[in-house]
Amino acid sequence: MYRKQQIIAFITLVMVVLSIWKLYPPFDIKDTDGNVIDKGKIKLGLDLQGGMYLKLSIDADKLPPNVKLEEAVSRALEILRNRVDALGVAEPLIQREGEQFIVIQLPGIKNPERALDIIGKTAQLQFKLVNERYKVTDMIDAAGNTVADKIPPEVEILESKDGDRMVIDKNSILTGAELVDAKVEMGQYGGPVVSFKLSPEGGKKFAEITGDNVGKRLAIILDDKIYSAPVIKTRISGGSGIIEGSFTLDESKDLALVLRAGALPAPVKIINKYIIGPSLGADAIKAGKKSIMIGALIVVIFMMFYYRFSGFIADIALIFNLLFVLGVMSALNATLTLPGIAGLTLTLGIAVDANVLILERIREELRTGKTIRAAIDAGYNRALWTIIDSHVTSLITAAILFQFGTGTIRGFAVTLFWGLVISLFTAYFITQTIFDIRKQYNKLSI
Amino acid sequence: MFEIIKNPKLNFIGARKITYVLSLFLVLNGLWSVYKVATGKAAMGLDFTGGTTIQAKFTKAVKVDDIRNIMLKNNFQQTVIQKIGEENDKTFLIRVGSRDLSGENASGRLKDMLKKETGDDSMTVLEENEIGPMVSGQLKQKALLAVFWALVGILIYIWIRFQFKFAVAATIATLHDVLAVLGFMVLFNKEIDLLVITSLLTIAGYSLTDTVVVFDRIRENMRHILKTSFFDLVNISINEVLSRTIITSFTTFSVAVSLFLFGGNVLHTFSLALVIGIVVGTYSSDFLASPLIVDWEQWEEKQKHMAR
Repeated sequence: MYRKQQIIAFITLVMVVLSIWKLYPPFDIKDTDGNVIDKGKIKLGLDLQGGMYLKLSIDADKLPPNVKLEEAVSRALEILRNRVDALGVAEPLIQREGEQFIVIQLPGIKNPERALDIIGKTAQLQFKLVNERYKVTDMIDAAGNTVADKIPPEVEILESKDGDRMVIDKNSILTGAELVDAKVEMGQYGGPVVSFKLSPEGGKKFAEITGDNVGKRLAIILDDKIYSAPVIKTRISGGSGIIEGSFTLDESKDLALVLRAGALPAPVKIINKYIIGPSLGADAIKAGKKSIMIGALIVVIFMMFYYRFSGFIADIALIFNLLFVLGVMSALNATLTLPGIAGLTLTLGIAVDANVLILERIREELRTGKTIRAAIDAGYNRALWTIIDSHVTSLITAAILFQFGTGTIRGFAVTLFWGLVISLFTAYFITQTIFDIRKQYNKLSI
Repeated sequence: MFEIIKNPKLNFIGARKITYVLSLFLVLNGLWSVYKVATGKAAMGLDFTGGTTIQAKFTKAVKVDDIRNIMLKNNFQQTVIQKIGEENDKTFLIRVGSRDLSGENASGRLKDMLKKETGDDSMTVLEENEIGPMVSGQLKQKALLAVFWALVGILIYIWIRFQFKFAVAATIATLHDVLAVLGFMVLFNKEIDLLVITSLLTIAGYSLTDTVVVFDRIRENMRHILKTSFFDLVNISINEVLSRTIITSFTTFSVAVSLFLFGGNVLHTFSLALVIGIVVGTYSSDFLASPLIVDWEQWEEKQKHMAR
């Protein structure tokens, strides 16, 4: 073998080894109970494994006056990250997009409702005193709706979880900012409660307020909803307290989680929500696999039939192509989506074109009477730039699709792009090397 | 050697009077589709309209009309209800426009409403999608930009590799292909969503590949074959690469058909567009782009002649 062939053979071998190493096992290996023993190396998109995608925007209007949007988004990102981490999703994605958007992806999440709840909560905790001087009934009309003019400026009307309304002093005595910890405990009546701990300054303030207002009710308010409003029996100096309400265990856990992670600087709005169940994901994988296998079969059989052994060589290049593309995707931690599988399938059709160009050229050269060696060389030489030109145009569209596309479409762009790039190597160099080796046999099955 | 066509000598350029007319029809249909899309008269996917979609699987026997009645009862005007899956799957795709339903947890509320009204508490939701107007607006913009930049990129690349008139002819052919396929999609009343735009761009890339192969041969022959008219030279070139054209179209077509038949309903419209696009793309390289160059060249010759 000549130098060039040796180099190519070596590179091919290295790539095969690397690909197999990077790709084994491609998908999760589960034991008989369905538990994952060995994680799959190919990252599956939401449309293939199920999960949730959210795009959030921070409501700039509801920001406190001296806070900039940029900061608020960064802070929200951190807080949401903490909340999401506690959900226990295998590979969550939380990213900033542009100036005011946050994207969250939770692949494989089992309970999207709960995740939505946790993410959507602003979690603004406030302690305010219930105002005994005024009555709600003085501020509503005949239909039971509140009349804005009848509400004195220093109070507001808030609802409890059960729908009862109370008159509350507008002024917050304490906020969640002074909270340092929150956890779930069993309350005296057997139900779960959330106990919280305040910072030293918070604790001092708390002691003062409770001391001054024994006998009054303290409303514990989360996101403008009254969770409970217990009577202050004595001065509370421990710097801790309990929030009780009629919680389920899950609700209390979530509340504690959200209090610990901190309040979002402003309410978030979900502007794009996509939840896909795992069954559709499984269907998609099945469909994807079937279509690519049948597509591959058609191409492989046809090539062997039309170009005989040379066609078989082209088929080998195709198989290498597929293996390397998946290897590269695994190495780049790229996500495989259903359009991505379509992209791989398409690549099969387009990549084989390079071989067709070469083989047709060789046939033409043979018809003009060249020797086998000369025909093969001429074929490869003349076809090279045509192959490059034709691949580049598709590469341009793949690049643009990647730039402007969303998640699933990017998946398509990625497989198309790498499929084409790698096919330049496999269709041209690998097959050329094999032909070079066979040149010495002086007959050509084409 | 097994050959599909031995030594073809078809007169591609001669057929151009007919093919120009055919292409014109395709382009007009395409432009009309663009108009329909722009004015909202064409079926558009959720990506571009915004709104809420859920794929609900019922456990009780529910019919499309039942769901439609529920929607009307609750004052939802812009709804689209589709039964999907097998006969007894009881699975429906229900879509509600953003004017009827928007805001906090729209899909959740839709779910609850359906459960309540059908009395089917075990109804499961296989997939839900909520797209706010801000997002759908962004997606529309991105789609247009993508198409624009793809065409620009292509024009520039061909200009660099070939002469200007080749670049223009190739761009016209590509634009023709995109419009033709879009036209068919709208004609068949398929929903235009992001995946369809993706397929249009892919077809643009593929069609160009095909066109480039022909142009490449034309350019090569321009260097070697000196005594023939340009008309004949282009014809010869197309015939020389005909084998390759047919085979590559066949393989890519088969692959696209496989996607269409087996790829499931997510890829349905996408793969249909690809199937049509591959046919149109192959057609345009031989019957549109090449004749355009011949006519341009002949027009240039006439101009030179008249200037003497």
